[in-house]
Amino acid sequence: MAKAPVDYLYYMRAEKLPHMWCPGCGVGVLVKAIIAAIDDMGWDKNDIAFVSGIGCTSRAPGYMDMNTLHTTHGRALTFATGIKMAQPTKHVIVISGDGDATAIGGNHFIHACRRNIDITLIVNNNNIYGMTGGQFSPTTPYGARAATTPYGNIDPAFDLVELAKGAGATYVARGSVDNGRMLQKFVRGGLNHHGFSVIEALTNCHTQFGRRNKMADPIKMIEWISSRVVSNTKAKKMTPEELKGKILTGVMHTDTERPEYCDEYAHLVEWVQSKKAK
Amino acid sequence: MPSEQSEKPKIVFWQGNEVVAQAAVAAGCRFFGGYPITPSSEVASVMSEMMPQVGGTFMQMEDEIAAMGAIIGASLAGVKSCTATSGPGFSLKMEHIGYACMAEVPCVVVNVMRGGPSTGLPTALGQSDVMQARWGTHGDHATIALAPAYHREIYLSTIKCFNYAEKYRLPVMLLIDEVLGHMSEGMTIPDPSEYEIVDRVKATVPPEEYLPYDTAYGDVPPMASYFEGYRFHVTGLNHGANGFPTTNPEYCNSEEIRMVRKVMKDADKLAEFEEYHLNDAEIVIFAYGSTARSAKMAVDKARKEGIRAGLFRALTIWPFPEKQVYELSQRAKAFVVPEVNLGQMILEVERVAKREMPIVGVNKAGGVPISPFEILDKIKEVNKNG
Ligand SMILES: Cc1ncc(C[n+]2csc(CCOP(=O)(O)OP(=O)(O)O)c2C)c(N)n1
Repeated sequence: MAKAPVDYLYYMRAEKLPHMWCPGCGVGVLVKAIIAAIDDMGWDKNDIAFVSGIGCTSRAPGYMDMNTLHTTHGRALTFATGIKMAQPTKHVIVISGDGDATAIGGNHFIHACRRNIDITLIVNNNNIYGMTGGQFSPTTPYGARAATTPYGNIDPAFDLVELAKGAGATYVARGSVDNGRMLQKFVRGGLNHHGFSVIEALTNCHTQFGRRNKMADPIKMIEWISSRVVSNTKAKKMTPEELKGKILTGVMHTDTERPEYCDEYAHLVEWVQSKKAK
Repeated sequence: MPSEQSEKPKIVFWQGNEVVAQAAVAAGCRFFGGYPITPSSEVASVMSEMMPQVGGTFMQMEDEIAAMGAIIGASLAGVKSCTATSGPGFSLKMEHIGYACMAEVPCVVVNVMRGGPSTGLPTALGQSDVMQARWGTHGDHATIALAPAYHREIYLSTIKCFNYAEKYRLPVMLLIDEVLGHMSEGMTIPDPSEYEIVDRVKATVPPEEYLPYDTAYGDVPPMASYFEGYRFHVTGLNHGANGFPTTNPEYCNSEEIRMVRKVMKDADKLAEFEEYHLNDAEIVIFAYGSTARSAKMAVDKARKEGIRAGLFRALTIWPFPEKQVYELSQRAKAFVVPEVNLGQMILEVERVAKREMPIVGVNKAGGVPISPFEILDKIKEVNKNG
């Protein structure tokens, strides 16, 4: 039986609209995908905490009709960890910008991965610090122009997927703004996964990144993203030359063996208390 | 006639840091987030042992910023929480201490003070963070900080810190120091009948009527927890009664004032102190924390030499006990303020005294306690100069 169409406004605080993002901002596609994925899960919105840091992306929770928390720059995962450990049966979702998640929040990012705590982190990677006026971030491509790279960026970029895998996340996926359905699928995969999941969404900030890199129009920037990505299934049939400079999308890593952190802690408590009872 | 089985009060011989942890559990703390740092680390060790036993959560986070974020998150999810740290870690927590002030999230921050600045004297005594406790985070805000001097008092003060956090919805500081934290002292564990346990006033209105910062209930709005059906928004931005950002200048201003007022209007109730030989005192020692122990002995010695000295020992250092210190300034001839720093709380004494009078410090910032004799020397000097 076909699923009923998603009632997006049911999950949103409609009275908070219109939103504060620029027309054509990629975060809109991502938020839509997140809502659709939550709807797929059939979760009660009373049971969801939606947490963010600071940045344009991090304004998303304000529009969501859930338990929402807009924290400090880079530190959303720390608050989310406290919430999850205090109420382990509830669902905790974090949304971050690329600067939020990997620069100022880089330490919290790798440690959340390492613990494998059952939180889903969605990173809106627009390759730039959007909110503060377009300074380069740890994911700005080499050579790109930003408010603080007037001569081109010489900082190497992070590969978020590799970072998450290396640090121990147990579900890692990457999608792009030109394919909202795919993003929905990956977010759902993350929500469904019992452990720390990271979904990187490659999106457009034409205002701050595009404008400085000959893509001031959102469509132009989305086309640029499209030209850079290749799905990991398609990539299997491509030669190394063809894959040069391409960014792979898809579910990049899953691991269902590693214990989840809340479970580990619950076992510890059970063991300590049974020992004490004796 | 007391039966033979009647329970004798149990004497324990705990380090100050263990006292803090034991008291936090008694206060209802069920979430501890920490990061190791001397001289506070034993608080975390004891918590790591006790939290699983009482069904609470102990987490060693990746740094102090994370620990502070985690305790705020846990508190929003309805669990009483605290963290413990020292100098450099206290500095790292500052952004999130401000967050808890702005978002009005109850939690307790324990700072076992050491010498500083920077890494300073990690294993040695300092009282160097009393001003940081007050002004360390940016922006205007009220602070409640207790600086107990004896182990049993540390126990009761820790519980009070949780109570104040719950009552006023803010991060409350417990300031002890390396000497108190590491020294073991015999004490009886306070019986629950000796203290009260305060819980935050919960929201009772139906969710559709709930405003997380509704001042209709007074200066401390009732608080819902996450996952109770209220689905409210929390932000560190200035916000309206509904919790959503606002930049309305009048509203932001009035909210800043409310958040300071909610504490300051109770300053007199919050002020706790010990008065020792103050009735006829001409020279008043203002002291707090472990230094007050030396100060007390100095008063005894001065009295033996016929000098009318007395001690005002502040337990509540923030809000500063303005009324009491002002009144003393009107009848005393001089203040002596010993502190293991280069002169921090003395600034408050000077501010409040509002009168030309000798206000002199006894200061050391080398990591060792101030001895009673050093304070006595200063008392004598001040006495001689008339
Ligand atoms: C401690 C701290 N440092 C710096 C800032 C300023 N700041 C606000 S948002 C931001 C960057 C936002 O970029 P990103 O995280 O990539 O998110 P986006 O705005 O692009 O969604 C910065 C540096 C801050 N709010 N707090």
